[in-house]
Amino acid sequence: MSKRTVKFKIYRYDPDKDAAPYMQDISVELDPADKKLLDAMVRLKAKDDSLSFRRSCREGVCGSDAININGKNGLACLTDVDDLKQPVVLRPLPGLPVIRDLIVDMTQFFKQYHSIKPYLINDDPPPERERLQSPEEREELNGLYECILCACCSTACPSFWWNPDKFVGPSGLLNAYRFIADTRDQAVNERLDNLEDPYRLFRCHTIMSCVDVCPKSLNPTRAIGKIKDLMVRRAV
Amino acid sequence: MVNRPVVGAHYGLKDWLVQRVTAIYMALFTLFFVICLLCLPEFGTQEWQEAWKDLFASWCVCFFGFLFVLSLCYHAWIGVRDIWMDYVKPAGVRLALHIVTLLLLVGYAGWAVHILWRPLA
Repeated sequence: MSKRTVKFKIYRYDPDKDAAPYMQDISVELDPADKKLLDAMVRLKAKDDSLSFRRSCREGVCGSDAININGKNGLACLTDVDDLKQPVVLRPLPGLPVIRDLIVDMTQFFKQYHSIKPYLINDDPPPERERLQSPEEREELNGLYECILCACCSTACPSFWWNPDKFVGPSGLLNAYRFIADTRDQAVNERLDNLEDPYRLFRCHTIMSCVDVCPKSLNPTRAIGKIKDLMVRRAV
Repeated sequence: MVNRPVVGAHYGLKDWLVQRVTAIYMALFTLFFVICLLCLPEFGTQEWQEAWKDLFASWCVCFFGFLFVLSLCYHAWIGVRDIWMDYVKPAGVRLALHIVTLLLLVGYAGWAVHILWRPLA
């Protein structure tokens, strides 16, 4: 890949200086080695150092560079810049308060995550080595534990937009099922009780935007369906 | 009163399940009713009118038809209630809308009884 210029349209907002958010038109020349959107954003930052965004591992593990790219949530570090339609429109994740430019306040998102008690609850004394699972039991956790909490899914979910204070959201529910499905956990009934609520779980209307945007190709809708299945089995 | 977000009403599963069951019932009844309509004589003729009366003279069609109306009302209740829950934030206004919706749906069900079981002319 040779040197090329890429055009961007970027959401800018500095609450200390700007009366209202605006879209900035800017272009940047990329080196042949610049493959991902994050590479281009780092070059943009070098050109205009007032641009703010989060980034850390740059390899799709930390989840900090989740943004809205041409209308769809995704990780800048996993998105090929050459596949994007120009001008590339970059906005902060929708539905969360903007702190500055592409940085959003994720307090509400993490409040919901903490509400599902995302840790193993087991009152038995720890064994000498480890709590064992069969390969089949371990298999059930695949597609669940990989969530990196980037918030792409929850901020793409209309139900989360309308009720972020009450609806746990796809990410929180995927993680809730990760512990419900874990045979080493002893609090499955309490976890189901905690979710049985018209807002916390049943705001999910299977819109599946979460599945569409997940950069790790996880399926929160399927996990939510399994939680509902367990509730039905418990009730009938 | 303090304004704290409160959740944990501990219901929702039954409504979610009933919404699915009523959807399946309504789909099956619609299929049955469309087949019945296709079996009727040409629309607008005297024979069609007789056949239409005969169809609704059957207790079976009235009973399952009324069950369809009840399913529709319950299904609509959950759907409309969800819309109020999503978009109407003040709890008092939401409660008022819930009551109006419920009264309307009960009224519609009563109206359906009147239509289905009125004496045929």
